[in-house]
Amino acid sequence: MIERRIYLDHAATTPLDERVLTAMVPYFNEKFGNPSSVHSWGQEAEGAVEGARRRVAEVLGCYSQEIVFTSGGSESDNLALRGAAFAERESRRANRILTTPVEHPAVLNTAEDLASRFGFHLDLLPVDHNGRVNPGDLVERITPETAVVSVIYGNNEIGTINPIRELGAICRERGVLFHTDAVQSASQLLILADSLNVDLMSIGAHKFYGPKGIGALYVRNGTRLAGSQTGGGQERGLRAGTHNVPLIVGLAEALRITHEERASLAARFRLLRERIVAGVLEGVPDSKLTGHPRERLPNHASFVIRGVDANALLAALDIAGFACSSGSACKTGDPEPSAVLTALGFSDEWSLGSLRVTVGRATTPENIEAFLEALPAIVRRVRAASLARP
Amino acid sequence: MNPRRVVVAMSGGVDSSVAAALLVEQGYEVIGLMLRLWAGDGRSGSNRCCSPQDIAEARNVATTLGIPFYVIDAQAEFKQTVVDFFLRGYAQGLTPNPCLECNRHIRWGHLYRHAMALEAAFLATGHYARLESNGRATRLLRAADRAKDQSYVLSVLGQEQLAHALFPIGDYSKPEVRRLAARFSLSVADRPESQDLCFVGDLDYRAFVRLHEPGSLTPGAILDRQGERLGMHEGLANYTIGQRKGIGVPSPIALYVLEKVPETHSLIVGPREMLGRRRFEAGGVHWVSGQAPGSPCRVAVRVRYKAREVPGVVNALSEGRVEVELEEAVPDVTPGQAAVFYDGDVCLGGGLIQL
Repeated sequence: MIERRIYLDHAATTPLDERVLTAMVPYFNEKFGNPSSVHSWGQEAEGAVEGARRRVAEVLGCYSQEIVFTSGGSESDNLALRGAAFAERESRRANRILTTPVEHPAVLNTAEDLASRFGFHLDLLPVDHNGRVNPGDLVERITPETAVVSVIYGNNEIGTINPIRELGAICRERGVLFHTDAVQSASQLLILADSLNVDLMSIGAHKFYGPKGIGALYVRNGTRLAGSQTGGGQERGLRAGTHNVPLIVGLAEALRITHEERASLAARFRLLRERIVAGVLEGVPDSKLTGHPRERLPNHASFVIRGVDANALLAALDIAGFACSSGSACKTGDPEPSAVLTALGFSDEWSLGSLRVTVGRATTPENIEAFLEALPAIVRRVRAASLARP
Repeated sequence: MNPRRVVVAMSGGVDSSVAAALLVEQGYEVIGLMLRLWAGDGRSGSNRCCSPQDIAEARNVATTLGIPFYVIDAQAEFKQTVVDFFLRGYAQGLTPNPCLECNRHIRWGHLYRHAMALEAAFLATGHYARLESNGRATRLLRAADRAKDQSYVLSVLGQEQLAHALFPIGDYSKPEVRRLAARFSLSVADRPESQDLCFVGDLDYRAFVRLHEPGSLTPGAILDRQGERLGMHEGLANYTIGQRKGIGVPSPIALYVLEKVPETHSLIVGPREMLGRRRFEAGGVHWVSGQAPGSPCRVAVRVRYKAREVPGVVNALSEGRVEVELEEAVPDVTPGQAAVFYDGDVCLGGGLIQL
């Protein structure tokens, strides 16, 4: 019924790259072996998994044994935080977790769970009005009792990039484990583990044109980590379970392609993003950019629009053929002001009307012009419906 | 505006699901919207009309029909215009009907505005009612299935809304609608009826009122017509006109609630013969056509949603105010309920009963 559909929600997920699909297919049927088996079928599958591990390690600039495959970004975050927290408490009585109020729920809810059910003490680093952590605040708040510090690399909701390298250096100097959630960044930024000074780093394949249900956690050699799942001892005992061979192959191939094309794509994304930012701020009255104006993910534009119900806006955009996202919208229509935007100091009147526009490989300048042409009238109509009060 | 685009108010129930399916079959470009309504006990999603289960059902139906589906928040508006109206009514000793207010402000207000924001030409609901248009004016008619007719709760609609309204199931009976649901392979064919007072959650309405408007549960005297004290009651909100059960006064004859006197918190009771009333006034009168008919006007009157219709005459008193004179006394003329007027199958409008 809608002739033209334009997908501008690449931070939510991306389409599977055809080349990735091609790489995966043989491992669903022909090469179906279990990597743990002794025979040749098993060896073939094991070869595929270990080859994939090497390719991932190349992109991260690390050793292959430092890569643990998981079911996705959320599991990687869970394994990192829980694994580090439990191991550090056991080995050195460290009982505090230090993170930020602008983390993805996979980190923040995990930290809160560790605090409420497992007796850890949760500390939050302040962020500035762009959602950025100031390294000076980390110096002040990190303590010998801190088991793990977790700071998001590129923010999923507002796009802001954190100074991970500096934050990591501070942690390393003090011998405290440092994790970054790089799930949103892996498609956009270099994720070299060593240069970022991280001990733990999460990625998920479907954010970079790979399949859903597969992710990885970088675990720096020598990092003490408690396992999350017991069983057959796969993934160095950190995460048992038969390897999902085709998805692991898919993640590695998707990451390889992403890495190869990153520089040229980033330049293109930046141009599209700048056009979106300028066009929205100019075309929509009472709109503001959220997140850092420059230190942000190249493909990521995010806004708040005053007096608009984000759910209604996303519905109207969808009907007009544009897929976007919002920090406050949810499929049950129960708007909660986004915790991230609240942490940045936005009032409900603004934060309930958040809009995220994220471009991808297939996005064209014409797509963006069509979006910018349609948006002001859509906002006007939705605003009128949202504001009219009895 | 897109002339073929229809927004359907979906609830996850069989009626609105079949309404959506019929529109799809008729070739409309259909969009499902569901309202997120306020619920009393603070638990998110405990409103009986839009629980997570209902949302999942509606989403299933939308997927089956291949139409887009969205949930729109109306919690603040619903609380203000429906729940507060309901509580205020009980505080004033009335028996309010929140469904009319919901149709006035929420379905045909908030949701209607969102449908128009989506550039729809129509808002459709799963109400049992019919429309008839001559190009200039639209008349609201009773449903083909008289037993299911819901024109009573739609009597608050005006010409602007009716010009953009569709009631796709108004020509069908309930059993036919269930058969249609089966024919369209909708999973909701056997779902139970939706509930009135959706916002009270797991509470009964008395407990809800007690929780949110404790002032309306001031104890008072139970009196007979002569002013003789027969006992005590625990708050007028527990009673409605014509009620027999739960009065709690020992008596050789059955006693009925005749009147509630909020000023003195008194409950007047008496035998059934004293219950009837032929004459009452109604305020806030709304005419569906947008114009008051000539006065006096012979009509059929319904004093409650499910009440039997009684012939009568409406006399205009002043702007928005009428006197209603029924041909025969009816037992449950209740302040706060709507009196809705019909001319044959045409719903003319109505107002709130005031004694």
